[in-house]
Amino acid sequence: MVAAELLSQHFELGFTYTRSTGPVVGKFLTGLREGRVYGVRGSDGRVLVPPAEYDPLTGAALGEFVEVGQQGRLLSWCWVSEPREAHHLQQPFAWAMVQLDGADVAMIHYLEAPSAEAIRSGARVGISWAAEREGFITDIRCFTLLEGAAP
Amino acid sequence: MREIAVVAYSQSPCVADAGATNEVELIMPQLQAVYSQLGLASAQDVDFVCSGSCDYLQGAAFAFVAGVDALGAVPPIKESHVEMDAAWALYEAILKIRMGHADSALIYGFGKSSPGELPIVLSQRLDPYYLAPLWLDTVSLAALQARLLLDQDLVSERDMAAVVARSRRNAMDNPLAQLAGEFSIEELLAEEHFVAPLRRADCCPVSDGAAAMVIATVEQARAWGAPYARITGIDQRIENHNPCLRDLTDSVSTRQAAAAAGVHRGPVDVAEIYAPFSHQEILLTRALGLDDSTLVNPGGGVLAGNLMMASGLSRVGEVFRRIVDGKAGRGVAHATSGPCLQHNLVAVLEGA
Amino acid sequence: MSEPLADVTGIKAPVYLKYRFTAGSAPARFLCRLKEGVLTGQRCPRCSNVYIPPRGSCPACGVPTEDEVVLSDKGTIQSFTIVSIPIPGNPIQPPYVVANIVPDGANISFIHLLSECVNEEVHIGQRVQALWKPAEEWGHAMDNIRYFRPLDEPDVPVERIGKLPVTGLEG
Ligand SMILES: [Zn+2]
Repeated sequence: MVAAELLSQHFELGFTYTRSTGPVVGKFLTGLREGRVYGVRGSDGRVLVPPAEYDPLTGAALGEFVEVGQQGRLLSWCWVSEPREAHHLQQPFAWAMVQLDGADVAMIHYLEAPSAEAIRSGARVGISWAAEREGFITDIRCFTLLEGAAP
Repeated sequence: MREIAVVAYSQSPCVADAGATNEVELIMPQLQAVYSQLGLASAQDVDFVCSGSCDYLQGAAFAFVAGVDALGAVPPIKESHVEMDAAWALYEAILKIRMGHADSALIYGFGKSSPGELPIVLSQRLDPYYLAPLWLDTVSLAALQARLLLDQDLVSERDMAAVVARSRRNAMDNPLAQLAGEFSIEELLAEEHFVAPLRRADCCPVSDGAAAMVIATVEQARAWGAPYARITGIDQRIENHNPCLRDLTDSVSTRQAAAAAGVHRGPVDVAEIYAPFSHQEILLTRALGLDDSTLVNPGGGVLAGNLMMASGLSRVGEVFRRIVDGKAGRGVAHATSGPCLQHNLVAVLEGA
Repeated sequence: MSEPLADVTGIKAPVYLKYRFTAGSAPARFLCRLKEGVLTGQRCPRCSNVYIPPRGSCPACGVPTEDEVVLSDKGTIQSFTIVSIPIPGNPIQPPYVVANIVPDGANISFIHLLSECVNEEVHIGQRVQALWKPAEEWGHAMDNIRYFRPLDEPDVPVERIGKLPVTGLEG
């Protein structure tokens, strides 16, 4: 038996999914389209952003929406020096865990920054909105560092 | 409750690219190996078969069905599959035996991750509204976790490098490892960051391969006459899918699973911990409540080679092997699934 | 002033993933011989069944198949369907016939097109032969065979379909 020749082929697998949002995710995404950020209040009083449909502690359906701020504090971050093809920012960037003012949990999104050295945990950051908004998580283009925020 | 034992185990080498090897060709040598350890002819000789794999890794729809071609399912066999690490296939098989529906089971896991961009493929496990559309890759997610540990002084970059150095050194005696060698902590710290604060060496490699195991009731194990190790405890717990709703500096689910599996009811000679990133080994060692008396990942762990969907099963298999080789009397195996240690399984194995 | 937009109730969330597929060892050997205009199968060492296209194992016995067997490009229709609706992305105009064809020497069928036939007269047990593209167009693909077409030979009795030697019904 002869060893097999290596036969390979590039291909792209596409799943053209659409998804229903339901009222909670829909409220959040509608808010993003309007340039607003809504969270939902959990059973323990915490404001969850982005909103969870069901309480993470009790499993109860949630629906008390709370508008939160568009600036917040950087809880954690990492520096992507070589963005991957799928990433939305193609210059070196950071991923950020940001707790928006008025929210009690963080959310994860892109953070645009000139360099890793410009970023500190605890820094103040703000939302940079996409020019065209359609009711999708990418209506938030990314976070950016706020002026004079470096400690 | 029926006592259950691991009786056979085999794993392929971890390779960066298995090349011209399809899923059947990956699985079959491992099945043949466990059959030969017990003198079985095929999967017909066990009562139940359960596998773990994920078709998205290689982008081949229903690859897990094609994998059944390795079994010899004529006449039909009792078979099941989890779209998870095969450690959870082991869990399903244990339940099947405990319920009295089977006396023996074959478990296998396989992963051919090289055809795709694994950290990006795995990003699609995340919340489909809030995170998956961002293509938040697994390395970046782990880096966010590492930063939290570093900022709170729970771990240092030196601690992480020490984990890597030990893994690489231990892997030198492991012929199945993909990455091995003698590296000093200073050498590792001198490397540039990859996704800061992680360096490339802090991240497990992407590996292709497969693993297989046979478990049985202790009575059946004795009948086969092969050395065995008893599974005296197993438990698994899952946390919220939103990483920001979890304390990423701890692994509560691992703590709970460890307590429920009875990790602390005796000395732990060896622990095989599924930690794809160096800081996670430290975090998990603490969550499992282990101290210096336990030998952790003596074969290098998954930092030396990570078979997605099989490495968790292999952790159990490695503990089994050390027990039957007489190198340990009691050991703990841990498996993880999901982003940033979302879902964890802990098993306790003891000598016959 | 424009109408206020309706609340968001759905999203488009397409997922595109890129891969480099590598054929397994058994399929790669099959495809390399196919490029030379030869159909091959693999024989199970335990039950002697010959599989095409081979995947590397006998799914019935669960053992590796390494014994390579050259097959005929003549075969028998095991089953068929007449496709009457256009399939998105398929350039072939309906109605056309898709058939399960067992090549002589193999014990399992593969699916290919049947043409140069009267669709209404296609039947199980009918003998067919491959019409190959010109050799200079051959690649590592089943469409080296443009289609199968009826052969003027007696039908194969149902109980012998999938059991013919490589020399065919009379062999
Ligand atoms: Zn066979």
